[in-house]
Amino acid sequence: MKPPRFDYLRPQTLAEAVELLDRHGGDAAILAGGQSLMPMLNLRVAQPAVLIDINAVPELDRIGRSGDRLSIGGRARHNDVFRSAEVAQAAPLLTVALEHVAHEAIRNRGTLGGSLALADPAAELPACMVCLDAEIVTASVKGERRIPAGAFFQGLYTTTLEPNEILARVDVPAAGTDWRFGFDEVARRRGDFAMAGVAVAVREESKAVAECRISLLGVEMSPRRMEAVEMCLLDAPLGTAANIVAAQSALRDTLEPIEGSEIPPEYRIQIAHELLARVIRAMAAPVSGKRTH
Amino acid sequence: MMASDEPMAEISCTVNGQPVRAHVPLRQSLVDFVRHGLGLTGSHVGCEHGVCGACHAVVDGRVVRGCLMLAVQVDGRTVTTIETDQPTAQMRALQDTFFERAALQCGFCTPGMILQASELLTRTAAPTRAEIRDALSGNYCRCTGYHAIVDAVETAAARLRDKAAA
Repeated sequence: MKPPRFDYLRPQTLAEAVELLDRHGGDAAILAGGQSLMPMLNLRVAQPAVLIDINAVPELDRIGRSGDRLSIGGRARHNDVFRSAEVAQAAPLLTVALEHVAHEAIRNRGTLGGSLALADPAAELPACMVCLDAEIVTASVKGERRIPAGAFFQGLYTTTLEPNEILARVDVPAAGTDWRFGFDEVARRRGDFAMAGVAVAVREESKAVAECRISLLGVEMSPRRMEAVEMCLLDAPLGTAANIVAAQSALRDTLEPIEGSEIPPEYRIQIAHELLARVIRAMAAPVSGKRTH
Repeated sequence: MMASDEPMAEISCTVNGQPVRAHVPLRQSLVDFVRHGLGLTGSHVGCEHGVCGACHAVVDGRVVRGCLMLAVQVDGRTVTTIETDQPTAQMRALQDTFFERAALQCGFCTPGMILQASELLTRTAAPTRAEIRDALSGNYCRCTGYHAIVDAVETAAARLRDKAAA
């Protein structure tokens, strides 16, 4: 099971990378971590004529905070984001979610930009970026383009990324101390793609929820804000029994689950329904301590 | 065998402490390169799509899937495989405890397990059993099962801690 032939280019700067991508466009694939592209090549479900390896491009893996904005480079490796103190402080949702992403060796190579550009419906990071209201920043020969995460994901493995664009970085609003986050998912085995998962962000004012963002993974074709569910949690303390029931009900009415896979759509909804309550309860009554199983 | 018109590239890298220059097919994986190009057959070719962990190698200090990295990508980099004659203290301790605890049967997964567990013990001196299982969740063993493997990693960690305290 070997990949088909391809030409291999290794630009040394971002300018060179976008120039090469502009020239080769749809015939080229960006090789960053390779943790999805290489299996696709080995299985021959992808056959790009040219691989543009961006691993030598400096700065693309930078993680840094500037004021109320956390920027994470497109080539930042999952484990570097996972273990970043800046990320844990400014976007703790990512730290919690990344624990569920694949396995150590995959996280050592796999990149944030790769996960977002692939847009697998069961991936954690696309849903998190929607929940965090992040902005995707692309680079091309024409310069930068900023796309809200909510408008970036268009469907199954489909984004608004143009063939001549590289996902250069993601800008995440740094969370103030009035924000709280929750994440959980159910997968068949540790590190597998989720059958369903839930990401929740809330901002509280005077012990009532003033802002709320909820997105799901593994249930629908692509992540989006669950506005009808969010509404159920507003203007009340987080985690009241009545609000959880209302949110669960709204979730059931809203979801358009993936059809035709080996996981029955009703089962995905059932998991999401249960996870939503679990995540909200855990956020309302946080307990510290390590996983014991 | 590769056809004579196979696109190739020159690479130079360090493998197990030795400088290596090689002429590699552009589409050759790292694991095929170390096995066929260098005769280092301790990294095993299992699933070839990043699922099983048998092909693990260490590139610039990090464990990677050898089937998901190209040989041409280790140009200028440092590669370590299970055959290294300068194993870390973690690798040595794990090799001992895997042997003592019989944490292998056919041994196909063992090099990948040792490298991944070694990375864990380098980062975490006293991992819980849950953390050991998490760290090895991307390494499949199809014959021994995992209890003995987790035992062996736990014992290696304890021994390394004792040695550090002594």
